Amino acid sequence: MSQRIPVTELTPDFRGRAEEALADGQLRNNFRVAMDSLMTKRANAFPDADEREGLRELGNRIKAGALSRLPDLLEQLEQKLTENGVKVHWAETVEEANSLVHGIIEARKGSQVVKGKSMVSEEMEMNDYLAERGVECLESDMGEYIVQLDNEKPSHIIMPAIHKNARQVSKLFHDKLGEPETEDVNQLIQIGRRTLRRKFMEADVGVSGVNFAIAETGTLLLVENEGNGRMSTTAPPVHIAVTGIEKVVPNLRDVVPLVSLLTRSALGQPITTYVNLISGPRKPDELDGPEEVHLVLLDNGRTGAFADAQMRQTLNCIRCGACMNHCPVYTRVGGHTYGEVYPGPIGKIITPHMAGLDKVPDHPSASSLCGACGEVCPVKIPIPELLQRLRQENVKNPEQPQQVKGGGAKYSRTERWIWRGWQMLNTRPALYRSFLWAATRFRVLAPKKAGPWTENHSAPVPARRSLHDLAARHLDQNGGRPS
Amino acid sequence: MSARANILGKLRNSLAGTTPRPDEFDERLVTAPWRYAPEDRIDRLRSLMEAVHTEVHQCRSDNWPELVAELLNKRNLTNLLCAPSKEHGRALQAYFEATEQKVELLAYDQPVEAWKEELFWNVEASLTGTLGGIAATGTLVLWPDRNEPRLMSLVPPVHIALLKASEIHDNLYDMMVAQDWAAGLPTNVLLVSGPSKTADIEQVLAYGAHGPRELIVLVLEDA
Repeated sequence: MSQRIPVTELTPDFRGRAEEALADGQLRNNFRVAMDSLMTKRANAFPDADEREGLRELGNRIKAGALSRLPDLLEQLEQKLTENGVKVHWAETVEEANSLVHGIIEARKGSQVVKGKSMVSEEMEMNDYLAERGVECLESDMGEYIVQLDNEKPSHIIMPAIHKNARQVSKLFHDKLGEPETEDVNQLIQIGRRTLRRKFMEADVGVSGVNFAIAETGTLLLVENEGNGRMSTTAPPVHIAVTGIEKVVPNLRDVVPLVSLLTRSALGQPITTYVNLISGPRKPDELDGPEEVHLVLLDNGRTGAFADAQMRQTLNCIRCGACMNHCPVYTRVGGHTYGEVYPGPIGKIITPHMAGLDKVPDHPSASSLCGACGEVCPVKIPIPELLQRLRQENVKNPEQPQQVKGGGAKYSRTERWIWRGWQMLNTRPALYRSFLWAATRFRVLAPKKAGPWTENHSAPVPARRSLHDLAARHLDQNGGRPS
Repeated sequence: MSARANILGKLRNSLAGTTPRPDEFDERLVTAPWRYAPEDRIDRLRSLMEAVHTEVHQCRSDNWPELVAELLNKRNLTNLLCAPSKEHGRALQAYFEATEQKVELLAYDQPVEAWKEELFWNVEASLTGTLGGIAATGTLVLWPDRNEPRLMSLVPPVHIALLKASEIHDNLYDMMVAQDWAAGLPTNVLLVSGPSKTADIEQVLAYGAHGPRELIVLVLEDA
């Protein structure tokens, strides 16, 4: 399972992948249809704009409040979970987190892991790490399972296999599982159900993510529709939850608005089929549930984002995916073009802290700054503002200390000089006038090629006379200038 | 230095000189839009749950076992997992014995390890009680315990849940506060709002992904 297809390899070539995606009619159709439907569902789930805005404001306050005392909350969470019998682990890097997870599995002599959906485990590339060590790690969310079976990565954080249609899934199940071909979605899902049911029963360890970790009660909350999350966290003898340090909220009541914002923004559902609150392992008098529950708290660049008061807002994210559903760029190029775990607008602003801005230098400018992402974000992350900030970080002098990891990758001496010249021109009126005079008189000398612009557009040519000249002449001819 | 110390150290460093934001939770935002007249609660819950393929029946404390037998027979089910240690389990058992039902009643009375294979492949349906319901979202609240363990409402393909009408709350916040959940939660709390489903292929909704294909709710109007 460690083999991967080329589109998911981390190369800095965003443009190349975007061009390929734009030329793929099937892919564009799959995304267009899905995103249109998700946008409609979200809109229908918030019929009252005042209610929606009040809730978004509250969501923002809860997350901002939690971040304003994050270290204390993490300690409280650890203390409560420990009292409840959950073992808490901390990891600064994905390597540490993987090694912790592997250690827990090894201690139980486990060889089969079944996984509920977890984006943090995608960050860790846990499946590959465990496969290399002889542990089978099977995705159990239907979409994740399909993607894993095809050696791909998710193309959407909520709908991992949204880039595929039923025919493509049918062919995959036929080729990999020997199932008869069918484009009936119900039958395809039943194939998945049968195959995975045995795995749930046999698995030694279940791995899941966490949507919200509640400090007050020491509780891990997971939302899902399929029941694979409940299976993964209940059937195997060991449950390992992996999550980012930003997922903690102070009080139990905080999850009421947050879950509502999450499920309505993500899928347009008033609530998911299951909301699963786990507060500990099996007690001596109970008959099922895991004997051990572990929580791995992962940093992976989050403390870096936290250090910058503006970029800290990226940690508000509750992973609903609404920003990508509403993004005109994401809808056209699809999730794989981003070449990273988190695609779309949210991916653009959190990836730099994980991988470094120099790994994704094209991301901040792959946006029309239309503002849709910021408008729909349920916790009011000002995504367009943060994209502009990253554009600035991108062109800072790389020799200076950087505020964002990997900043300065797009620094260009020529561009810096052009902007200096532009500034000089616009702050000295005499110079500006002579430039204007020269540009209009010698307009035939204007360059015919202007970088990528002239690949698709004709080159700009200055007018015969500047507007200033024309206005001056007009006033001269029609009764003179005002004195 | 441990990872824990490093992470907490970095976070504290970044917060140096700042004060935590005040708690600005506003409960009206999560309660006011979600209030119903008592007589409307069942209808609200019912219409939301039916919209996601849940079968909802309104019945009474003295006739629900009869309805259960009918529902099982209609589906040709041969066994039902229920809790004879609970009052509703005993009532069902008494009715099934008195009317000589063919459906076999199974009990979850041993650790899952002792009968995992049977639970996963042979149990056709289960019946559990609920802690209550939520009208705002069409939700059942389950607090699994020794008598009705966690997998009981998840593994069998058909799940029948009993819901007392008097225990339907307007919204989740009200229910949490009324029952003081924050004082301490059991090992597992579940909010269940329909049968298991997925829309992962082409966004086409399919029921019975990994959990029950069918969820049947019996609302006891007199309880």
